[in-house]
Amino acid sequence: MRNKYSVFSLIKNALSYHENWQRAWKDPTPKKEYDAVIVGGGGHGLATAYYLAKKHNMNNIAVVEKGWIGGGNTGRNTTIIRSNYLWDASAGLYDHALKIWEGLSQELNYNVMFSQRGVMNLAHNLQDVRDLKRRTHANRLNGIDAVYLSTEEVKKFCPIINTSPDIRYPVLGGTLQRRAGTARHDAVAWGYARGADAMGVDIIQNCEVKGIKRNGDSVEGIETTKGFIKTKKVGVVAAGHSSVIANMAGLRLPLESKPLQALVSEPVKPIIDTVVMSNAVHAYVSQSDKGELVIGAGTDDYVSYTQKGSHQIVEGTLNAILELYPIFSRMRMLRQWGGIVDICPDASPILSKTSIKGLYFNCGWGTGGFKATPGSGDLFAHTIANDEPHKLNAAFNLNRFVSGDLVDEHGAAAVAH
Amino acid sequence: MFLINCPYCGERDQQEFKAGGEAHIERPKQPTELSDDEWAEYLFMRKNIKGVQFERWNHAHGCRKWFNMVRDTSNDEIKAIYKMGEKPPAQ
Repeated sequence: MRNKYSVFSLIKNALSYHENWQRAWKDPTPKKEYDAVIVGGGGHGLATAYYLAKKHNMNNIAVVEKGWIGGGNTGRNTTIIRSNYLWDASAGLYDHALKIWEGLSQELNYNVMFSQRGVMNLAHNLQDVRDLKRRTHANRLNGIDAVYLSTEEVKKFCPIINTSPDIRYPVLGGTLQRRAGTARHDAVAWGYARGADAMGVDIIQNCEVKGIKRNGDSVEGIETTKGFIKTKKVGVVAAGHSSVIANMAGLRLPLESKPLQALVSEPVKPIIDTVVMSNAVHAYVSQSDKGELVIGAGTDDYVSYTQKGSHQIVEGTLNAILELYPIFSRMRMLRQWGGIVDICPDASPILSKTSIKGLYFNCGWGTGGFKATPGSGDLFAHTIANDEPHKLNAAFNLNRFVSGDLVDEHGAAAVAH
Repeated sequence: MFLINCPYCGERDQQEFKAGGEAHIERPKQPTELSDDEWAEYLFMRKNIKGVQFERWNHAHGCRKWFNMVRDTSNDEIKAIYKMGEKPPAQ
């Protein structure tokens, strides 16, 4: 039985110097067979397992993770959550996730520190202005909150932005989604892991998948570093390594894996109480609860699995940040890191069945998967349990690259990819 | 970030170059005969290998010529560089 976290459990455990907290999840050895196995213990994979157990009564399942849970892109992103996407299919997908975020801490009994501090996107040229206005209208038609802001309103909402007309890329306006914001990325993985574990899901860490066993056109199980696991359903949620797993099954995916970097500054007192994104100059900044500026940089243009990234990418981002926020000119950067993102040609994800029965892929989230974590898990669980996609992820099938019915968010979404 | 030995200009910083993706994807000889599946395979599907991969690169801020590269994507180590039209080295 899982103990509930509350102010009383906090007081009770304080009396024993916090040395007797119950383990948040077990450390099981893999069983010989499961009804389904999720490959990848990041936020999306753990959420998938959680909803499989909770909504589809599939409790005899496992999550296998080659490292530790939440140690991949879940722990490496800049935690921005929003749903202001242009196309109807994307709006449905990302707003589904945002609605789950709004009640997630209560549902999981785990504080994911979801903070609806708003996300503001800036326009720096006339085309940006037209695009952002168009997107604002599209969002509102889809029931997603969005407002267009004038330069003065941008300045009022975030006073430290340099809105002077004589900077290289002046701020001509912006959009604001007030329901958008940030969450604590580790807590999302830990909360879902704890919730899934409580319903009987085995979370198996340090267990790398080495092969996928097929019998003709259906899945029979997976070879792992902890031995063979028999299962009829495999859901792959391996982010940057999706193609590696696909190759094991003899599948090809329309993905390229590239390093995406982020960095944080030394911690300072509260200075920016929202998230500001500018795709034209590629500068994304917010402030963590610890006080660090959290800055998202861009991807390199070559395939790499190194979890590093090129120096000039960071330099370009910081140039733009300094132009927009002169107040940061003497900030020092504390840490920089990279994650490997799997990018689809249309910059939209794949949540889909494949040509192999019992093999499902949830991948292609590219540079912006964190925001979708709860929705992605919910819809992927539905797809695996019913062997059919939910109507919200039907458009994000693998077959769209054959039919040509792409969800082209390249340039249409609020960010540069 | 790494150094690339352009076959025309010599060793230069990687930021002078543009990555052009997977190499040796053959352009369909009879585009009108292609099925939708074959188009998808040609246009979108990629090997995206973790390990030794064959790629095209362009010296965009230099001689602007295209060439091929064999690179280990798990550590960014360049194994070989050869000109367009040349046979890829045996791996």
